Amino acid sequence: MDTLRELSVDQKVGLLFVALFGVLTVATLAVAVIVGRSTENDASGVRRGRLLRDLRALWLGSTVFWLAWVSGPVGATLAFGFFSFFALREFITLAHTRRGDHRSLLLAFFVVLPLQYVIAGGRYFDLFTVFIPVYVFLAVPVISALAGDPERFLERNAKIQWGIMVCVYGLSHAPALLLLEFRDFEGRGAFLLFFLVMVTVVAQIAQETASRWLRRRPVARLIDRSFSFRAWAVGVGSAALLGALLFWITPFKPWQAVAMAAIAGAAGTLGEFVMKALKKDAGVRYWGNAASVTGAVGLLDRVAPLCFAAPVFFHSVRWYFQV
Amino acid sequence: MSRADLMGLLLAFIARLITGAQGHWKGCPPAAEQRIYFANHQSHLDWVLIWAALPRELRAVTRPIAARDYWTATPFKEWLTTEVFHAVYVSRQRTEDQDPLEPLVEALRNGDSLVIFPEGTRSGKGEPAAFKSGLYHLAEQFPGVRLVPAWIDNVQRVMPKGEVVPVPILCTVTFGVPLQLAPGEDKREFLARARDAVLAVRPHVN
Repeated sequence: MDTLRELSVDQKVGLLFVALFGVLTVATLAVAVIVGRSTENDASGVRRGRLLRDLRALWLGSTVFWLAWVSGPVGATLAFGFFSFFALREFITLAHTRRGDHRSLLLAFFVVLPLQYVIAGGRYFDLFTVFIPVYVFLAVPVISALAGDPERFLERNAKIQWGIMVCVYGLSHAPALLLLEFRDFEGRGAFLLFFLVMVTVVAQIAQETASRWLRRRPVARLIDRSFSFRAWAVGVGSAALLGALLFWITPFKPWQAVAMAAIAGAAGTLGEFVMKALKKDAGVRYWGNAASVTGAVGLLDRVAPLCFAAPVFFHSVRWYFQV
Repeated sequence: MSRADLMGLLLAFIARLITGAQGHWKGCPPAAEQRIYFANHQSHLDWVLIWAALPRELRAVTRPIAARDYWTATPFKEWLTTEVFHAVYVSRQRTEDQDPLEPLVEALRNGDSLVIFPEGTRSGKGEPAAFKSGLYHLAEQFPGVRLVPAWIDNVQRVMPKGEVVPVPILCTVTFGVPLQLAPGEDKREFLARARDAVLAVRPHVN
């Protein structure tokens, strides 16, 4: 631990990324060995396909995350801005908007989204937290009403608001963490973001694995066949454990790190659960369903837990530490 | 690389950024053979979408049809349609002594591929209108050219009539099984069959 503490900030984060890519390499090799050995049948083929898809997404996500870190706060803010854009594009594609929503959508994509990230980049955190829930909340329905189409007005606006809330507001809290300034912890926001991303990802993976092993009765069968409270608890517990292991990179004391990790993990997995309900409502299994209208890449599937975990985590950190 | 090539890359990039412009080759693979792509027509962006969905090598030899009076009105429009898209110009005014299909026949003789919208004009929503006969005449004159049906989905949401700024919404172009004019096939029958072929590749909304 002492040698770890003596390293510079950049060296520490670099070390973390080396560890991350190391774990990924080992996992990929392990999968390659298992896949090489498994016999050809339908069930294992499906499982293998899912495993490979998940692994590829993890590699891609880690690489993009690493690139975002390498390019510094500005680069990371820009990168997450693009994530937001693509996620919102997917969300809006499947939300059936009407002609009258055109201007509101333009507002969402080309005004609200860039502004939110500019506000984050400028560290105006007081405005940052209220800009979308307060001001945009009023602006979007006003623009919609001016278009003069009363048909399903509430539903259409709710969808746009939700899309903005999840894809822009939620996700923009990830780069905001990078920019948060702690006393005696300057320039180390990257650790917090790394902490948050790792904890939510691990919670997600642990929950999914646990639900496959435990085979509990699902809580809400029609929404998610695998979600059970016990599997969810395993996910949150794994997140907390990882939080304890990673406490030395954060400004937290060990028990604070555990609590923060548990909060982030819980928010992320529950967010994913909500997203599942939303997808069922839209009639797709993955946002990136090739058979659906969009044929999109499914970015929203990947970032959904983060969209929900980031604001909760950000607010708990700010509130507790008074920064 | 010329300015036109750069402009082409930029436009394809923007089209992909806004709409994804994904080509789904359901009925045939993209290939460097002479083809006439025919598709439903709902928006001004239709051509750009098909063009962006094509592999880069095929873009240079696949040409759109452009109305001469409109698309040569300013130097920029003319440059865009000639240099970037290699458009085939047709005149909208019918004259007695000229076959309106003549420029298209010329392009096909050159060995180029074409993209046409046989409805002739943009249809409102949903079902495409009845096809005009141009497709039939071209198929009759060039039996060796493959006729590929395509359905462009969602694009009317990107830019509804009367709007100028596109909203980012994912669109797909689905290419179907190539069609052929059967020997002795009636014009109306063939056009109905072609329209059905376009409708057949329409993705099911689930």
